[in-house]
Amino acid sequence: METSCEDYICSEIDPEEVKNKLISKYPAKVGRKRSKQITINRIDEEKCVPEVMANVRTIPGIITQRGCSYAGCKGVVLGPTRDIINLTHGPIGCGFYSWLTRRNQTRPNGPEDHNFMPYCFSTDMQENEIIFGGEKKLKEAIQEAYDTFHPKAIAIFATCPVGLIGDDVHSVAREMKAKLGINVFGFSCEGYKGVSQSAGHHIANNGIFTHVVGLDDEIREGKYRINLLGEYNIGGDAFEIDRIFEDCGLTVVSTFSGNSSYDYFKNSHTADLNLIMCHRSINYVAEMMETKYGIPWIKVNFIGAEATAKSLRKIAQYYDEPELTDRVEEVIVKEMPEVEKVRAEVKARCEGKLAMLFVGGSRAHHYQELFKEIGMRTIAAGYEFAHRDDYEGRRVLPNIKVDADSRNIEELEIHPDPQRYQPRKSPEEISELEKTGFKFKDYEGMMTEMSNGTLVIDDINQYETEKLIEIFKPDIFCAGIKEKYAIQKSGIPMKQLHSYDSGGPYAGFRGAINFYREIDRMVNSKVWKYVKAPWQQNPELAATYAWD
Amino acid sequence: MSNSVLKKKENYTPTTNACKLCTPLGASLVFKGISNAVPLLHGSQGCSTYIRRYVISHFKEPVDIASTNFSEETAIFGGGVNLNLALDNLRKQYNPEMIGIATTCLSETIGDDVAMFLKSYREQRIDQRLPEIIHVSTPSYRGTHMDGFHGAVQAVVEGLSNKDFDARSGHQLNIFPSMVSPADIRHLKDILKAFGISYAMLPDYSDRLDGALWSEYQTIQKGGTDISEIKNMKKARASVEFGKILEGGRSSGGKYLKDTFGVPCYSLGLPIGVRETDAFFKVLENLTGISTPDRFVSQRERLIDSFVDGHKYVSGIRAVVYGEEDLVVGMVSLLREIGIIPVLCASGGKSGLMEKTIETIVPEYQPLGISIRENVDFMDIEKQAADFSPDIFIGNSKGYTLSRRIGKPLVRIGFPVHDRIGGSRIRHLGYEGAQELFDRIVNTLIEKGQEKSEIGYTYI
Ligand code: SF4
Ligand code: SF4
Repeated sequence: METSCEDYICSEIDPEEVKNKLISKYPAKVGRKRSKQITINRIDEEKCVPEVMANVRTIPGIITQRGCSYAGCKGVVLGPTRDIINLTHGPIGCGFYSWLTRRNQTRPNGPEDHNFMPYCFSTDMQENEIIFGGEKKLKEAIQEAYDTFHPKAIAIFATCPVGLIGDDVHSVAREMKAKLGINVFGFSCEGYKGVSQSAGHHIANNGIFTHVVGLDDEIREGKYRINLLGEYNIGGDAFEIDRIFEDCGLTVVSTFSGNSSYDYFKNSHTADLNLIMCHRSINYVAEMMETKYGIPWIKVNFIGAEATAKSLRKIAQYYDEPELTDRVEEVIVKEMPEVEKVRAEVKARCEGKLAMLFVGGSRAHHYQELFKEIGMRTIAAGYEFAHRDDYEGRRVLPNIKVDADSRNIEELEIHPDPQRYQPRKSPEEISELEKTGFKFKDYEGMMTEMSNGTLVIDDINQYETEKLIEIFKPDIFCAGIKEKYAIQKSGIPMKQLHSYDSGGPYAGFRGAINFYREIDRMVNSKVWKYVKAPWQQNPELAATYAWD
Repeated sequence: MSNSVLKKKENYTPTTNACKLCTPLGASLVFKGISNAVPLLHGSQGCSTYIRRYVISHFKEPVDIASTNFSEETAIFGGGVNLNLALDNLRKQYNPEMIGIATTCLSETIGDDVAMFLKSYREQRIDQRLPEIIHVSTPSYRGTHMDGFHGAVQAVVEGLSNKDFDARSGHQLNIFPSMVSPADIRHLKDILKAFGISYAMLPDYSDRLDGALWSEYQTIQKGGTDISEIKNMKKARASVEFGKILEGGRSSGGKYLKDTFGVPCYSLGLPIGVRETDAFFKVLENLTGISTPDRFVSQRERLIDSFVDGHKYVSGIRAVVYGEEDLVVGMVSLLREIGIIPVLCASGGKSGLMEKTIETIVPEYQPLGISIRENVDFMDIEKQAADFSPDIFIGNSKGYTLSRRIGKPLVRIGFPVHDRIGGSRIRHLGYEGAQELFDRIVNTLIEKGQEKSEIGYTYI
């Protein structure tokens, strides 16, 4: 990537000045902290980027995009699994607000297959339980959920008050597991743990790995057997990826956790390879599976047609069998013409427009690909709950300081399984592959793929969002529902990249086409013309009106 | 799978698909209805984020709700430091005139003494100009969003009435509309204006939660009731407070003004349907000594005329109505006027007053086979609904899954309506509100009939 001044996205706007403007209103201490979380990108010869402070607690009184660890655990990672009863132990709100709001899609395998996703189970704690403890009610709730639905598994999620009143969800889980003979497991994902959803992802990863993965050793059919990790099937993304995989001859053992099922998780340790989409939310499971069972992992990205093709080729390269390599090329050749046709048409209307993405822990990176494909430039981006490695690449992992908030989240100590550990590739094969530039266990982060001079902002808040819009007037802003209407008020189209508004899929080839069209519709929509009243667009007119 | 739902036991313990929201949400809405006020939730950030997301998805407007952002240590050692920090930061960023603090279950569980924290916060900043800081206790393990709403109204009235008041005289009327839509609030204001009454309304989020596009950036959206007007509420000639359940139960803003400052309080049902709206207009006539302006008289006449035109579609129709208790009571009143039998009236609230209150409107509710259930969730509603063979569901978006499973249409009212556009523009109150509801109910029934018909009539 060259570092000419053209890299500066808006030549009239100096990023340093923008940064100063963003922090000028804060009390000194807040300003100092925020200035470490706002960075101007610059990539050096070694592909190193400046440090961004990330995964640190949001300052009280600052209106953040972030949610809590319960949201990350129950809402994000476990939520999309259709046949586990997810029971929230706590007062009603926490469960209510995480009830079917993420647009994860699921396709049960027939009318007999369980689908609990339209349900929201909560112990709905009352004062009595807060004072005298809620374990009894929790047990009754589990018993009755079992009597009513006969699920294969029940997961319990602790909310903030639970930890404080001393309810032990794990011992209740053990007791009920023994009593009912089904799998029951708990998550201590109280919202105050960690600094964001991210803590909850980690807790969820640990729980799923400990209580579910590895329970079913049967090796099922399929020549190339993979897991897809960190893909949550928002708007049907996983369905599109599945379609492509199937066409290529790849078999998905389990997805974590879009369109997922308890049975798939149990069996997932039998796969040959783990593919990671969202590195932030799921890398722990991949790491643990590698240590315990010997399954390597690679980073992939199916957001963007080019990225999809690249990821498919990477998978083929891993297996290194002509049959697969040829098939993958055939699929790409078959899919690309339609993509190209729409891309060219849309690009003509979108070229040169500016985008900003502030969302999640991987999408703010992945979606830059799609914008690039239609000629749009990303001038500022940042994550809501990512860590430094998601910005700067995994090479910084050894240097990340662990603060009190992260220390509270358990790191499991994993050892190779005495019977089932079986490296899928020998060290020689791995080093052969690596010699060709193939990368295992690696994620280079968002910043190495952004231009110099772009702004990278961690945990952006409402106030900074609005300032940024005022200064840059981007052509599109991507974030979540909480930001949507403030942005649209200022006349800027806003695309939700958590739930996709009502759209999707955006992954894979057909997804790319959907996204191009969607962005085209949004940035070129007629409504933006009406955003300013005639007298606002044309001050002379106002004068005339006044005279008349 | 679908049948297993029906096997639910009588005294089922867990709440499955709740028919209520949590307490600080209601309080936040009230703070949104006050000019230059910012809500702050004292607890972990997740609650603020979830609540913001929910409120935003209904109103489709920006909604800032700050948090004191507890960490694990805060949860153990208390939230005083965080509260101070949050107040300082909010003041610096937003320069608000008021900060409304509501507690979450976490800070309530650990027993944070917010009043004491605030006292020392003020003492330490004796030399600074502070915004009004109002605090309401809102644990969700004790009550629903409606309790949070009414609690916040009362806390604001109490907190601000004791301040030195503006030299200006108060308005003639205080009006406490309860949790109604921005369109409802606008309609109420229109009515009061037509009567020539000056009023202070609490809350009034009609602009802040249903506002225009911005020509320039707004740190705090414009709109809401002025704080000085709230301070002067104690000088009004009277208060009108909507909500029959509220009347029968808890303390309230209107009752406080009556007990403390002798401001007479008219407790009325939500003016939904003819009878309850008549009662409201009657009060306005008495207060002003002028008769109802022609405009509203003709609205009422047109409404009644349409009842006649549409009666055959609604007469004897069986409805399930659910939502906040006062909304359900109001809807029952309208439904009985047009001949619909609200076979199941359900709420997640548990004031213990719903049955008694409905009895005052529909004394014959038992022979009509009307079942009135408090403290229920959608699983209870589904179980019961199956026995009642309803023709229509009336309530918020949360009943959609159920209405779809049972195959009967849903008319969306109240909050939350997040699967349609225009939740904030749904009108329930006044003759015009009744007109809209009536038209929507009738048309929904006609459409269902049309869909089922093999012929496909286009002319009915
Ligand atoms: S903890 Fe209480 S206040 Fe927070 S979301 Fe849950 S129910 Fe609502
Ligand atoms: S109480 Fe805790 S777990 Fe529940 S929403 Fe709030 S922060 Fe999250």
